[in-house]
Amino acid sequence: MALSQKTKEAFLGPLNVNNPVLVQILGICSALAVTVQLKPALVMGISVTIIVAMSNVVVSLIRNTIPTRIRIIIQLVVVAALVTIVSEVLKAFAYDVAMQLSVYLGLIITNCILMGRLEAFAMTNSVKDSFMDGLGNGFGYAWILVVVAFVRELLGSGKLLGYQVIPDSWYAAGYENCGMMLMPAMALILVGCIIWVHRALNDKESK
Amino acid sequence: MEHAISLFVRSIFADNMIFAFFLGMCSYLAVSKDVKTSLGLGIAVVFVETITLPVNYLLQIYVLDPLGLGYLSFILFIAVIAAIVQLVEMIVEKFSPSLYAALGIFLPLIAVNCAIMGASLFMQQRVQLDPENVKAIANIGDAFAYAIGSGIGWLLAIVALAGIREKMEYNDVPKPLQGIGITFITVGLMALAFMCFSGLNI
Repeated sequence: MALSQKTKEAFLGPLNVNNPVLVQILGICSALAVTVQLKPALVMGISVTIIVAMSNVVVSLIRNTIPTRIRIIIQLVVVAALVTIVSEVLKAFAYDVAMQLSVYLGLIITNCILMGRLEAFAMTNSVKDSFMDGLGNGFGYAWILVVVAFVRELLGSGKLLGYQVIPDSWYAAGYENCGMMLMPAMALILVGCIIWVHRALNDKESK
Repeated sequence: MEHAISLFVRSIFADNMIFAFFLGMCSYLAVSKDVKTSLGLGIAVVFVETITLPVNYLLQIYVLDPLGLGYLSFILFIAVIAAIVQLVEMIVEKFSPSLYAALGIFLPLIAVNCAIMGASLFMQQRVQLDPENVKAIANIGDAFAYAIGSGIGWLLAIVALAGIREKMEYNDVPKPLQGIGITFITVGLMALAFMCFSGLNI
């Protein structure tokens, strides 16, 4: 399948150069809150990707019929309906993860990535481009979540996806889990450091 | 009454919207460049929170629970919030143009502020708790106390960060870390400081 330059850009841009979390600073709330362990972070990343892509498609389909004055409310209702579907599905098939995500699942509605993409992209672009843009932003968001969660779970509880990876002999030799990593504050500092590295690398490339 | 006061104090400090739950982070980071604007936004958040949360509480107790429509809560809550924000905007514009000039640009933003929606979703969890629990919201008074408390907690956090960022203008920060990077780390350190309030009981 040959993709036009624009479609490709809509998908690849948000993964790195135009990352929603690192560059546009959108969707921080949930990015920080669900990253204590890898599993909820993965589920959250996938849910957001699906919802961004689908809501982009829906809004892009009906973009010519939405009156501009009430567009925010219409967008919110489209997103809320999709979030309700995803949360009911998760409650049915992955109840424990849904409980771990608790309110943050519902808060996908007010996740700024969604409103930002709907306003900035889906309202003015074709259905196919909007879908790719949604996927790109979703994955861009998901990989940050996974990186932060990987570091926090590995250092904070010595596990990955719930399985212990730090051998018992290390604990016997005096290794301790870093309890700090489990605290909400460390998520902020980790994201700060990721932004630091990301900016340093990208500035070098652009020079 | 005691319960409501305890809930109020806890929601400002121990359960602070920003430092414990990261809610309303986007506007928190974007608007905290100077103290004056952040104070305006903070007041707008307290205002909208105080109106929307009790309304959502009443809806949850008298409409959603008896009819078993819990799964509609996301759509209903966000519609209530968006409608009330619109309504508040119109009323303020009509009766207090000076307040409107101060809050004006922030009001539409608040509809998508996660702190507002988040408080309503926490309320939904907390009404199910045992009334003896310090976190429970058992009546409309508690709902008001929780709404005002979490609003003020947010206001406090954004004004504090704005103050620090104003001072930080003069510091020599490594170039790639300037702007948003150092702000994240500052918020992280503030969150560490706020953690000393956890476990606070009155």
